[in-house]
Amino acid sequence: MSAHQEPLSSEAGRRAMLQSIVALVLAVFGAKACSIMRFDEGSRELVFEAVAGEGEDTLVGRRIPASTGIAGWSLASEEPISIDDVLSHPRFDREVAEQTGYVPTKLTVFPLLYGEESLGVLSVLDAGATAHFGLAGMESLAHFASHAAMTLAAVAAARRAEASRDEAPLQALAEAIDSLGEQGRRRALTLIAALEPLIRQDGA
Amino acid sequence: MGDGAASDLPAWSIDREAALAEPLHSSWSRSDARDWAWGDATGAGVRVCIVDSGVDASHPDVGAIQGAVAVHEADGELSVVDDDGGDLYGHGTACAGIVRKLAPACEIHSVRVLGGDLTGTGTVLVHGLRWAIEQGFEVINLSVSTTKSRFAADLRELTDRAYFRGSMIVASAHNMPVESFPWRFSAVLSVGSHSGFDPFEYYANPHPPVEFAAPGVDLELAWTDGSTIRASGNSFATPHIAGLAALVLSKHPGMRPFELKTALRMASSNVRSAA
Repeated sequence: MSAHQEPLSSEAGRRAMLQSIVALVLAVFGAKACSIMRFDEGSRELVFEAVAGEGEDTLVGRRIPASTGIAGWSLASEEPISIDDVLSHPRFDREVAEQTGYVPTKLTVFPLLYGEESLGVLSVLDAGATAHFGLAGMESLAHFASHAAMTLAAVAAARRAEASRDEAPLQALAEAIDSLGEQGRRRALTLIAALEPLIRQDGA
Repeated sequence: MGDGAASDLPAWSIDREAALAEPLHSSWSRSDARDWAWGDATGAGVRVCIVDSGVDASHPDVGAIQGAVAVHEADGELSVVDDDGGDLYGHGTACAGIVRKLAPACEIHSVRVLGGDLTGTGTVLVHGLRWAIEQGFEVINLSVSTTKSRFAADLRELTDRAYFRGSMIVASAHNMPVESFPWRFSAVLSVGSHSGFDPFEYYANPHPPVEFAAPGVDLELAWTDGSTIRASGNSFATPHIAGLAALVLSKHPGMRPFELKTALRMASSNVRSAA
C-alpha cells in the first residue's frame, strides 16, 4: 500500500485499518489475543478479518460456524458477553482449541452493531491477565467495538463498491445483449463464446 | 444508571454504595415489605418461561423443566414446535439456573428463539414471545432484545397484551449504548446490573427506563454440558428479578403486573418506609 493511498481503496489498506483496531485493543487491555470476525450471511459463518496476538499469523480468512459458541451467541443476540473460567467449559475448550490453537481462561465478545445490523464480533482473549476486568473494562471495550463496527461497515461498503466497479463492463454487456433482437442476440452470444478460450488463455 | 435521556444509554450498571447512601422513599412501603411480598414462598404454582437459547434440563442447577419448544423456520414460515435440542449456547440454561435458585419450586418452560438454524432476528423473537404470552405464563424472562426498530411496534403491542393478560415480562436492558426493544417499554419490568452477589439484593432505579438492578457481574452460572462458567451481563441480572417475581406471585396468586412492580419496588434494597 502506498503511503499516500486512501486506505479503503485497496484490500491491503482495508486489512491494515482493521488490524490497527485489534492491535490497539490488545495493547490497551493487555490481552493475549484480539480478533474481528465478519458475519458471512450466505454461509452463516464468522470469518476472521483481523487478528492480533495469538493466532495472528494463521487465523485471518479462517471460518467458524455462527450457529453455536460464545461468539455465535453474541452475534445472534446482539449483546456482549464476558466469560471467565472458560477452561471449565468442555465444549468451549474443543471449539477454541480446534479453531485457534489457543485456549483462553477469559473471553469477552462484543457484537459489531452498525445501524440495525449485526456485522460480526470483536473477541478479546484473556484481557488484563492479572487485573480485574469488570464493568469499567466492559464499558471501555464497548467504545472500541463501536469503532470496529463502523470500520467494518466502511470496509464492507468499499468492497461492494469495488466489486460493483469490476462487474460494470459485464453488466453493460448483458444490457446490450438484452436490447438486441433474436438474431442479433444469437450472433452476440456466438461472439462471446468465441472469446472465452482467448480470455482463459490470457489469464493463464 | 442512566436518566433515560436518549444520549445517556445504556443503563448497564448501578453503584450499590450510591444507591444505599440515597435511599428512596415510598408512601406505600412497609417495614416488613419482604416478608409481606414473598416471605417463605418457593415459587410453587408459578410458571416461568425462559425465552432464550433453550434450556439444558439435565444440568443439576436447573433440574426438570415442564416444557420446551422452539420457533421453527421452514420455507419462510415460522411455527412453534416441541424441542429436545437443549441449549446450543448455554445462555438460556444460565437464566434458568438463576430462576431455579431463587424460586426452587416454580415451573420452568423454555421457548428457544436463538441457536441452530435460527438467525435470532426480531421475527423469531416476536413469534416466540407471542406464543409465550398466549400460553399465559405468569412470568416471562426475556434476557434478549432486538436493535431492529421495524419490530418495535409489534413488540410494543405484544408487551401491552402481556400486561393486560397478567403476564409479567421481565426484560434485560441492553449492555451497549444502542437502542433496543422491548426492555424500554413501560409494560415490561426492565433490569440492569449491580456488582453485588447476594441474589436477594436488588435496587429500584430512581431514573427509569431501567426499573431494577440485580446481581449481574462475575456470577457463577450453569452452562452447557453440565458445566459452570463465570460471566457478567444484564442478561443474568434479569432472571434474578424474574425469580423474585415468581416468589411474589407464589405468595399472592393473581397479582396483576402493576401490583407486582409495586411489591418489588417496596421490597427492594434501597426503598425505605416513609413512616
